[in-house]
Amino acid sequence: MFAKQLTVFIENRTGRLSEVLDVLKENKVNILSLSLADTTEFGLLRLIVDNAALGKDKLTQKGFSSLLSDVSIIKIPHKVGSLQKLLKTIDENGVNIEYMYGLSIESDEAYVVLKASDVNKIDAILNENGIKTISCEELGKI
Amino acid sequence: MIWNETKECMSRDQMTNLQSARLVKLVDYVYHNVEFYRKKMQAVGLMPGDIKSIEDITKLPFTTKDDLRDNYPFGLFAVPNSEIVRIHASSGTTGKATVVGYTRRDLDVWAECVARCMTMAGVTKDDVIQIAYGYGLFTGGLGAHDGAQKIGATVVPMSTGNSKKLTTMMVDFGATAIACTPSYLLHISEVLAEEGLLDKIKLKAAICGAEPWTEKMHKEIESRLNIKAFDIYGLSEVMGPGVACDCEFHKGLHVCEDHFYPEILNSATLTPVADGETGELAFTTLTKEGIPLIRYRTKDLTSIDHSVCDCGRTSARISRFKGRVDDMLIIRGVNVFPSQIEAALVEVEEVTPHYMMIVDRKNNLDTLEVQVELDQKYYTDEIRVIEALTKKIGHVIQQALGISAKVKIVEPQSLVRSQGKAVHVIDNRKLY
Repeated sequence: MFAKQLTVFIENRTGRLSEVLDVLKENKVNILSLSLADTTEFGLLRLIVDNAALGKDKLTQKGFSSLLSDVSIIKIPHKVGSLQKLLKTIDENGVNIEYMYGLSIESDEAYVVLKASDVNKIDAILNENGIKTISCEELGKI
Repeated sequence: MIWNETKECMSRDQMTNLQSARLVKLVDYVYHNVEFYRKKMQAVGLMPGDIKSIEDITKLPFTTKDDLRDNYPFGLFAVPNSEIVRIHASSGTTGKATVVGYTRRDLDVWAECVARCMTMAGVTKDDVIQIAYGYGLFTGGLGAHDGAQKIGATVVPMSTGNSKKLTTMMVDFGATAIACTPSYLLHISEVLAEEGLLDKIKLKAAICGAEPWTEKMHKEIESRLNIKAFDIYGLSEVMGPGVACDCEFHKGLHVCEDHFYPEILNSATLTPVADGETGELAFTTLTKEGIPLIRYRTKDLTSIDHSVCDCGRTSARISRFKGRVDDMLIIRGVNVFPSQIEAALVEVEEVTPHYMMIVDRKNNLDTLEVQVELDQKYYTDEIRVIEALTKKIGHVIQQALGISAKVKIVEPQSLVRSQGKAVHVIDNRKLY
């Protein structure tokens, strides 16, 4: 299963990040997880939200460049070594990871958001290995 | 010292007579050897015989950079290629370069003019001069080189790009003169200071040109290096460096008037203005064989003074430049037109056609940043995609302009849309 990640291109200038968050707040788009990849000139704000399509529309209206892309939100046990085990499985199947960020919201369960170099293959690998993925909606309910 | 007293100090009457005789000959020459000029003259009903003296020059049509582009590469040459011994080229307004060709005699005239300029700056056969203009298609390097060699100075063809080698050799060779862009010389002065070499140099004069510079920069160069700095002017279409240069009195740049007839034109009416009034500078190359130009509009704004200079030279002097008629920029001595960036960006489908050039001067070196917007279809969630694109655009711009630029991808709609004449340039340098 894929989840839709909302990515926003942000120039490195004061207040620009909070302007993005203002738009999401006004439209009651709830942020479940995020990662900010920064370079000297710009940043990419990657968001897992409860309504990515709405978020994208509203941001576009306000002149932000945003896009939706397929990522996997993977459920793993919240214990030492489980992330390493997951990555080993993915590596062994010859898929690269473009980027990854995580959240742990339960005492015994954690979630990592992962973008694979081959988005179709990753889903098959995860299913074959009995690794659970969830949608943004499900994540929102936890 | 004066290199050619006969020509540089002749009376106004003598000069006018010489210019008249040369113009009459030139018009006859281009009419019979360059189709472009023949057609242009025929279009206004002008025959070579109608031009009897230099005063008749206003009857002749103008020539522009666009004419050079439209006749790319050799359409305006007046001689067959067998007579051309050298080609130079500079930036055109779009993708195509502006190409000029020189006969053997043209090169001799060029060296003569540069020799006059360098003599104005006090250079003699006893000097060791570093030529730190770029050698290549750009006229700066080879032009200055030939002139210095004609004087008999010891010429060190440094070219550009290696400041450390330049400063080391400046000390080791006991260089007494240098020819380069003024901003590069300021940079060199910093390198010398950093290396603690300032009191080890023997430099006494600098011949700077290829870009506009202010009186402030002039003073700064002179005080930092404890030398005399001179302003040399030229443009490749007309010849290259050496069209004009200032003497030790710094009251304008002496034009080599026996070879290049200057006119200052009212920007609106394109009629000649009086001495002291600002207008666009146009040149007629009175003696050029390879690519003679009739009333070539330089787009540079200046004024002219025909009075005799304190140095004894009678040649007309043009003032320090006051700006440009068009949007041409000079960045690190290279002519850059915003339209070149526009043409280059069309090739990059990932970006919109909107762009902004930000020109600045940091540590005395010109910087160029080009801001572009990503096309919506190419929005990405991966940093490396944007970085690869930035690199690609940088390469495209480098190919188009001949200078490197820092590329910055900005948010959509953040660049100004054209409303009438779009503003594509922010120049933070104070050059005029």
